[in-house]
Amino acid sequence: MKAGMNGQPLLSVTDLTVEFRTRSGRVHALDRVSFDVAPGEILGIVGESGSGKSVTAFSLLGLLGTAARVTAGTAMFGGRDLLRLAPREMNEIRGRDLSIVFQNPRTALNPIRAVGTQIADVLARHDPGSAGEIRAKVLAALRQVRIADPERRSRAFPFELSGGMCQRIGIAMALACSPKLLIADEPTTGLDVTTQAVIMDLFRDQVRDRGGRGGVSAILITHDLALASAYCDRIVVMHAGHVVETAPVAALFDRPRHPYTAKLLRSVPSSVDSIDLLQPIDGALPDLRRDDLPPCRFSERCERHQAICDTEALDQSPAAGHRVLCRLPL
Amino acid sequence: MIPILETRGLRKLYPIPHPGGRLRGLVGRRAFSQLFAVDGVDLTILPGEAVGLVGESGCGKSTLARLISRLISPDAGEILLDGAAIQGISPARFAASPLRRRIQMVFQDPTESLNPRFNVFDAIADPARQLLPGIDRHDLARRVERAAAQVGLPPELFRRYPHQLSGGQKARVGIARAMVVEPALLVLDEPTSALDVSVQALVLKLLMALRREAGVAQLFVSHDLNVVRLLCDRIIVMYLGKVVEAGPARQVFQAPRHPYTRALIQAIPRLPGALPPAAGEASERLAGEPRSPIDPDPLACRLHGRCPRETDFCTTHPPELREVAPGQLVRCHFPLDGASP
Repeated sequence: MKAGMNGQPLLSVTDLTVEFRTRSGRVHALDRVSFDVAPGEILGIVGESGSGKSVTAFSLLGLLGTAARVTAGTAMFGGRDLLRLAPREMNEIRGRDLSIVFQNPRTALNPIRAVGTQIADVLARHDPGSAGEIRAKVLAALRQVRIADPERRSRAFPFELSGGMCQRIGIAMALACSPKLLIADEPTTGLDVTTQAVIMDLFRDQVRDRGGRGGVSAILITHDLALASAYCDRIVVMHAGHVVETAPVAALFDRPRHPYTAKLLRSVPSSVDSIDLLQPIDGALPDLRRDDLPPCRFSERCERHQAICDTEALDQSPAAGHRVLCRLPL
Repeated sequence: MIPILETRGLRKLYPIPHPGGRLRGLVGRRAFSQLFAVDGVDLTILPGEAVGLVGESGCGKSTLARLISRLISPDAGEILLDGAAIQGISPARFAASPLRRRIQMVFQDPTESLNPRFNVFDAIADPARQLLPGIDRHDLARRVERAAAQVGLPPELFRRYPHQLSGGQKARVGIARAMVVEPALLVLDEPTSALDVSVQALVLKLLMALRREAGVAQLFVSHDLNVVRLLCDRIIVMYLGKVVEAGPARQVFQAPRHPYTRALIQAIPRLPGALPPAAGEASERLAGEPRSPIDPDPLACRLHGRCPRETDFCTTHPPELREVAPGQLVRCHFPLDGASP
């Protein structure tokens, strides 16, 4: 189950820094984001809105808009730096070696093409074969995500399917070319909890089953700590464009080291038995347009803040495999 | 104690045109199917009580909230406000009546539900201007200040517009504008689902404080049982228009008796070390998807086809709500035994 961090990581992101140019100034969206994904591992990236988790995913896939600029960093994947690929090279990799399941399955699918055809499009682009071969692969892909009656469903349009069914199609499409890395960006937001449970079980089983065949790793991007804890091996916690803590799931929940992680855990309703124990986090995210952002972007909300926090080099490793961006970790 | 609000056999149907309905109409059959959004709901809210209404999308919880708030009219059943029937009053007349002050709503997304051209003061003052005609300027200012103080909004923010506020501040404005007319009942439709967890915690604590200090009753509509469990005295679980389980919050959460409630609780992801899951076999997922709420089979249980405990009997005998433990009602022929984990 537990993916070891020994050996070569499948993806190694180092010091990824991204800015957005807007009319009201430069938004420092990501600042020196670093993490690895091991083969066969499910890595969770968790954070509140504005923390930069989706920007991280989109940077890796070359899907950032024109206002964005990657100003520093590398993302090594199969010997190549994803951040420096020509668009043509990225088009080759994306969908084949590296694929994504988007947030809202209804808007991510083309509303005027049958879902089977949309999966066939991906296959035809990366893994050409005869029409019959592609058709067979489409049906196999649908069967894999446990869609009953794939022949009929493959001819359905997105509006004819439920949200949960559409997300199965999204997962089938992302897995169609047997990618090495699957990125799921809030794949169950907007779905009911009972559907979420089924879709997440499916997501995990697909990754685990393929893991045995030297297969696939995954990144799960979510705002839901409990969801990440249930389905991931390790978790990266983001806050205001920084990775503030990285640890295996058990270590993170047993003993969070970053004050933000600890507070986030106490603000989750399922973690407490009485509303009086629930603790909101005071303050708000700093304005990321500021040019004088402190080295620790949580310092203005942190009661442990001291002068030493305003120096650089916050990064520490309190235990093996556990990293924290804090001078005074818990 | 007279309940603030009571509903009896409340029902709301939406007609759906039949495929080929016009032709069928000609030969004397009805041209419309019926979507059973809310189908015979009895509910009581006592003064100062918090009731959680839980269910998944399409179960009718928002329709029920809108019926109770008298934004729409029921097709059958009664709605009693302070013991007096109000189901016959049209939504437009209700909006203009003094009764409107007794029930106020807080909507889902604070960004969407605030007028972008009203500053904070005007957003909060607006309901008071509408519902307290002839209120003078000083009274109005005093009311707005008190409502803002109740939700922890500093007066420095009064001149700001929604786009200049954080998510948490907007949520507070949404609650303050409901509180400004001093309602007896707040109907909250998914008030925290658009918020980050840290802000959600803040809003939940605020709602609890309002109940403790101002004594306002709350009907909290949500899909999130974990949130409802913390805030409410009682929980009502709906499935496809019908109440399937109701009872004291802790009891329903820890010892659910309806198979659907248990599946709902087990589907919620849990933090390591959090409360143990509800009693029952290790995580049991519901098969398939909800049946259509359009022209449901009147003889079958609504969960039929997804239920792990169903038998043929469930398709021929519609289950009724019955009491299985003190205060705990379940609509199931084969309820769970309710043993603690």
